[in-house]
Amino acid sequence: MAKNKNAGHKGSYGYQKLKEREPRACIRFKCALTNTILDILRRRPGWVEVKEEGEWDFYWCDVSWLRENFDHTYMDEHVRICHFRNHYELTRKNCIVKNLKRFRKQIEREAGKLEATKCDFFPKTFEMPSEYHLFVEEFRKNPGITWIMKPVARSQGRGIFLFRKLKDVIDWRKDGIRSDDQKDETQVENYVAQCYIENPYLIGGRKFDLRVYVLVMSYIPLKAWLYRDGFARFSNTRFTLSSIDDHYVHLTNVAVQKTAPDYDPEKGCKWMIQRFRQYMTAKHGAEVVETLFAEMDNIFIKSLQSVQKVIISDKHCFELYGYDILIDQDLKPWLLEVNASPSLTASSQEDYELKCRLLKDTLHIVDMEGRLTGKEKRIGGFDLMWNDGPVSRAEGNVDTPVNESFMANTHLGYNNDRKKQLKQLFKPLHTQQKV
Amino acid sequence: MMMLEQDTGLSLAIAQIVQRLKGSSLHSQLERQARGSLHKPEIKLDSLKEDIKEFLKTSGWEKRLQNAVYSELNVFPSPCHPAAPPEHMKEPLVYMRKAQGSWEKRILKSLNSMCTELSIPLARKRPIGEQKELLNKWNEMGTDEPDLSLFRPVYAPKDFLEVLMNLRNPNYENGDQPSFRNHLGLIQVPLKVKDIPELRDYFSELGLNTGQLGIDDSTQVPPELFENEHVRVGQTVLTEQDSAAAQQYVRQGCPTALRAELWALILNISNQPEDILYYEQLKSNVIQHDLLVDSLIYKDVKLTASNDDYYFVFEDYLYQVLLCFSRDTSVLEHFSYSSATPPKSYIRGKLGLEEYAVFYPPNGVIPFHGFSMYVAPLCFLYHEPSKLYQIFREMYVRFFFRLHSISSHPSGIVSLCLLFETLLQTHLPQLFYHLREIGAQPLRISFKWMVRAFSGYLATDQLLLLWDRILGYNSLEILAVLAAAVFAFRAVNLMEVTSLAAAEAVLADLSTLKVMPLLQIFLFATVT
Repeated sequence: MAKNKNAGHKGSYGYQKLKEREPRACIRFKCALTNTILDILRRRPGWVEVKEEGEWDFYWCDVSWLRENFDHTYMDEHVRICHFRNHYELTRKNCIVKNLKRFRKQIEREAGKLEATKCDFFPKTFEMPSEYHLFVEEFRKNPGITWIMKPVARSQGRGIFLFRKLKDVIDWRKDGIRSDDQKDETQVENYVAQCYIENPYLIGGRKFDLRVYVLVMSYIPLKAWLYRDGFARFSNTRFTLSSIDDHYVHLTNVAVQKTAPDYDPEKGCKWMIQRFRQYMTAKHGAEVVETLFAEMDNIFIKSLQSVQKVIISDKHCFELYGYDILIDQDLKPWLLEVNASPSLTASSQEDYELKCRLLKDTLHIVDMEGRLTGKEKRIGGFDLMWNDGPVSRAEGNVDTPVNESFMANTHLGYNNDRKKQLKQLFKPLHTQQKV
Repeated sequence: MMMLEQDTGLSLAIAQIVQRLKGSSLHSQLERQARGSLHKPEIKLDSLKEDIKEFLKTSGWEKRLQNAVYSELNVFPSPCHPAAPPEHMKEPLVYMRKAQGSWEKRILKSLNSMCTELSIPLARKRPIGEQKELLNKWNEMGTDEPDLSLFRPVYAPKDFLEVLMNLRNPNYENGDQPSFRNHLGLIQVPLKVKDIPELRDYFSELGLNTGQLGIDDSTQVPPELFENEHVRVGQTVLTEQDSAAAQQYVRQGCPTALRAELWALILNISNQPEDILYYEQLKSNVIQHDLLVDSLIYKDVKLTASNDDYYFVFEDYLYQVLLCFSRDTSVLEHFSYSSATPPKSYIRGKLGLEEYAVFYPPNGVIPFHGFSMYVAPLCFLYHEPSKLYQIFREMYVRFFFRLHSISSHPSGIVSLCLLFETLLQTHLPQLFYHLREIGAQPLRISFKWMVRAFSGYLATDQLLLLWDRILGYNSLEILAVLAAAVFAFRAVNLMEVTSLAAAEAVLADLSTLKVMPLLQIFLFATVT
């Protein structure tokens, strides 16, 4: 039960206070969104939606509620909520930069320069206005490259612009007028200036980025799952550096693409990541693609490790992140950003089905029903990627020791035969007696 | 190299192949290699012939010649009686030739009337300014938004089906009253098609005891059991550069990483400098002249491939391939073994005068609605425009042309339709009868799948596994078998529908189907 601290201790429905991992008769949920997640929650057997002031066992909240209420909401042991209190350490552009820089230094101290280069997956970024002078120094060292200015806290591609001349930045700084969206209340908004990747990998002459889903169940110890499904989002127009002002070329967010003049909603401009993986394998061979995907695994893990010590690892919290990855022509993956509230609105039937699978499996892992042993390495389309240490693909559960020929337990872009797996997973557990 | 054989058929075949290869670039390359080898120490004057032969063998040229011969054997039909007229190689049955002729007349009439209505010439030279513009935009022709509203496709698959339904052999009169035992389908011509025992034999490598990609590479099966070895064999085949071995190999499916090279090996495409030059020549033809069919191509791409969830990305490549294809006169060669004849057009004012006749379009192929879908799946494998182009052209002149011309060939669309209907009627008679009764003749639904070789209907990876087998068996019959297998798979739902629309709905989405298990079950696991 979760309620405000000033309410009475016993629930108004007269439920007994159940132990944490006991199967519950009914799970009361609240949901702040009205899209796919609400459909999934409503359809889940034994889950009941509660009204405004009712007590809940599970809340799919939005981040603004979290900011205002988390600190003074009492939650019983079993209660779950879908965000970490200070997730912005990972998701805000200026914070992740800071955390990654610090983490990189730490690795360099502990394991040497070579090892530290494994953290070089984030394009050079400078906070504005605080690091303006550092930025100018870097800018002068590399004349002619393109930079992108992004607002720290906004999403869906709003407020972003590209530039090559310092003059553009100086003008912008002087005016204090942002490129669009004057309706914003925030007076002083933080921006970051980031090195723009000028040689993205193109398919059919188009730029694209990858959306990958990572579920974090706890930070201390770090337990993270990687979803097999994901997608590549294509820009509707062909890539060229000559049209910096063309918002639509450079930003592959579906939200921006949707407003582009030649956007056709029926088109979807997304490829399931399995298709992407196959295309790349056909083009470059299996080994090259294995390396690419292993480097992406590295991005997920290192980024989470970099914030491990700063995020408040409350056991009530879990979070489903949407990672945006850009591949360049040398087949190096770059981290563009991490989203704590990846869009759950579906852009097509296929997309809807993907999000349904994703959310269903997320709820399986959260396991309000108390069906799992905690030793599973795979649940539906999720593979356990990190369990306070790397997880191996080899047979056996999480406790099996890691041997010589280590292969990571990640299957991004693989076939997602989750139904079969879930059937096998839950069948024996039903017949067990739970303590 | 003429051998004296008692079998005149064989010597005739050899003579023809030699004739065809004599003019090819391979011939001149071999001559050059042979001449160049004269300087080598291992070539002795007294054993000149044997030494050169040995040299050609060890340097891999003999293999290349073998591949070329193999390619010729695959593409060209075996020669018939020396006295037979050339039409026989195109199509031996007179009534089929006649039907194809009238169909062609109809298409051409439709094209000409569109041309007159819109007052657009069939061809015109582009002004310099327009040429420059097109050259600049060559890699992103998809961004063009020409006004195509007045253009309509010359025909759609369903128009073609109507023609096939009306085909009759005037010499055939079976005298039976139409009854349940007669053929209940739409195709009413007596062509020989294989039955399931024959298909099992023909497609023996798809059997339950043989490993397949598309089945035995699924995540449940440990790769040591089949996949690893199969990949290893594939790599060996590629190293040996043996077309015939590759063709045999792909019957069990191509590993994704090797598919592009294996298909190129089977189709004998090597992307030599002269091939690249030829493609560039075609490109300059496109830049210089505008053809009416270009608008038809644009319209088709916009209507089909651009709207496909996966192929939209390759839109630009499709123009680069199809516009060049229309201008490629080397495609005219395939008409010697196709029942079709390229349409002729006359320079303005010179109607009927042979000296002023040209083939229109230059390659003789008028695109129809969905044509661009033949190219789209290939974009997954080939990224270099000239190679993509050659692969598509070869696929067209070996296979795809049979899907939209009237002929008695076992891989021709007529035979495929008949094969499909016969399989369904024989093995799922209740379903067939039920669908017929509710006005949902199965062929009406499956026809479009077969005409497009399932492109755009199956998921891409499944489509490529299917096309592996088309190449492996050098036959399109698998399309008919798959169509029947799909109906068999959804039979339970289909038995419950009560209208054509409902039947279409049950079969509207094939994107989740797994092709190889369906084929295996239908061919090998169904009780006949």
